[in-house]
Amino acid sequence: MTLTIFRNSHLIASLALSLGISSTALANDKLPVVASFSILGDLVSQVGGEHIDLTTLVKANGDAHVYSPTPKDALAVKNAQLLVMNGLNFEGWMPRFLESAHFKGTKIFASDGIKTITIGDGHANEHHEHEPEGHDHDSKHHEHEPEGHDHDSEHHEHEQEGHDHDGEHDEHDEHDEHDQHDQTGEHDNHGNEHHHDGVDPHAWNSISNVKIYIQNIEKGLSKADPENSQDYKNNALAYLRKLDQLEIKLHAKMDTIPQSQRKVITAHDAFAYFSRDFHVEFIAPQGTSTESEASASDMAAIIKQIRKDKINAVFMENIADNRMVEQISRETEVKIGGKLYTGALSEAQGPAASYLEMMQYNVTTIVSALTH
Amino acid sequence: MISELYSLFIEPFSDFSFMQRALWGCIVLSISATPIGVFLTLRKMSLTGDAMAHAILPGAAIGFLVAGVSITAMTIGGIVAGCLVAILAGVVARHSNAEEDSSLAAFYLLSLATGVLIISAKGSNMDLLHVLFGSVLALNNDALILLTSIATISLLALAVLYRPLVFECVDPAFFRSVSKLSSVAHYGFLLLVVLNLVAGFHALGTLMAVGLMILPAAIARFWSEKLGAMLIIAFATSVISSYFGLFLSFHASFATSPAIVLVMGSIYIMSLLFGRHGGLLSNN
Repeated sequence: MTLTIFRNSHLIASLALSLGISSTALANDKLPVVASFSILGDLVSQVGGEHIDLTTLVKANGDAHVYSPTPKDALAVKNAQLLVMNGLNFEGWMPRFLESAHFKGTKIFASDGIKTITIGDGHANEHHEHEPEGHDHDSKHHEHEPEGHDHDSEHHEHEQEGHDHDGEHDEHDEHDEHDQHDQTGEHDNHGNEHHHDGVDPHAWNSISNVKIYIQNIEKGLSKADPENSQDYKNNALAYLRKLDQLEIKLHAKMDTIPQSQRKVITAHDAFAYFSRDFHVEFIAPQGTSTESEASASDMAAIIKQIRKDKINAVFMENIADNRMVEQISRETEVKIGGKLYTGALSEAQGPAASYLEMMQYNVTTIVSALTH
Repeated sequence: MISELYSLFIEPFSDFSFMQRALWGCIVLSISATPIGVFLTLRKMSLTGDAMAHAILPGAAIGFLVAGVSITAMTIGGIVAGCLVAILAGVVARHSNAEEDSSLAAFYLLSLATGVLIISAKGSNMDLLHVLFGSVLALNNDALILLTSIATISLLALAVLYRPLVFECVDPAFFRSVSKLSSVAHYGFLLLVVLNLVAGFHALGTLMAVGLMILPAAIARFWSEKLGAMLIIAFATSVISSYFGLFLSFHASFATSPAIVLVMGSIYIMSLLFGRHGGLLSNN
């Protein structure tokens, strides 16, 4: 169904474009930049400041796993000189969209160069130092690798992919599908906390990753707009300092909770990186993508684990199906600790309107739920 | 041996209340949806059920946009949209020279398109997928109360409408000429279809709810030609399929609502082959 909706708007987009709706965004001489979703949008605007004209495709509280772009989005993408994506297979709808929208600018992946976490690889806190390629888990991982890791040669392949290789796209989509099927088949073999294979794309949930995001964004902007590169560098430095401060503050906060108690339930598996940084164990019924459906055995596994490990907090998310979490809470009599912001920021007046606020809000919510 | 069987078949349901809720939801839904499905198939309106399922989706989606994941809002929205489409299609068919099926198709497509438009304008489709696919594992008290009330209302209404409906099935043209009850029965019945689809989408999602309505009825036709027996067979098939669908979802990690519908589907194929009345391999 997602696909159908997507294809429809895809069609509308190309129609609108071919009818000759001309560019409107180029009226001023700001650098036209497109960010794929709200969190990335915040980061880009922090670095770009007043020099860029930013369009964010998936707005606040929207789910970027599944999204149907509008003709307006297509127009913004067509005129953009720089497109900032998360990468790591997060925006699965993007390659087709870029092709249909005739994107001619530069595309950068904000997550270039981060140390990825491969889920299904034992991402539990104790052994998080592994390199993704070191494990011969199964062949699927290798198929996934081009999406996110920092191998230069692979990235060149990627650049091309965005433009005109139809065959390759289809292949990719197929992989995704296979992956989903395999995921559902494999639950029984793994422990509950890591039942989905593939690289976790939610890398922004680690502040140290976001520092790399900021550097990538700064490089991308400076390259696209060398005139203002000094400003971009200054903005990036200032924001990196804020990130440093926030990191120290949040770690201090989290340290008030003994490590053995840091176990929580969320609706979908978006916290592998957060878990690596803050040593909190997250368990989710829905897996890493909001697209997949939880099966009865997933639910049962989690409920068993809650009963066994005495987990004392479950959380809702702003972009996921929270009814599952509510059901778990009813079943186990564990209280719902609040709502976490994972794949999107809140509305401007909400508690997580920027990346810094979002991280602070999530940590505070988790800490306060675990202390009661 | 006994304990193994117990842990295989009973334990999933005795240990986990979400499994009990899911099974309860499906059974309650079977009580009211399967007789309606039987009448739908007898009146050769199986695809009407499918069209109505699409027609209620936008109403539910609008309810969702207005009030979030609120069962009341989504239910009211769904019922309003479904009734609107049913009545408009019926009125147009009776007062113009358009066939009922083409006018129904036109109105449900309009309704569906409106819904998709509204959702896209809002820019977020986060829970829409869960409306489409339902969440039988996440039935809360409100949802169960709603399902049970709709089942009760449907059963009572069916008891009242039973006779006119049978006439409609047998010879609609004759019935229309001798009784004014014809259109009452027709619209009352469509209302029941809408009600049950709305109940069904809370549990199985809009797409799968039709399965629970039509498949058991289609299966029953292969095993009996008597209305009473068909109603009972349809209900029993639906309950058994729901149980084994949940069973498979629990032990084999299948997504739940497709698992239920696929169990029905395999029973349907077996009935198609071996059914006593019109089965491909039977002697009749």
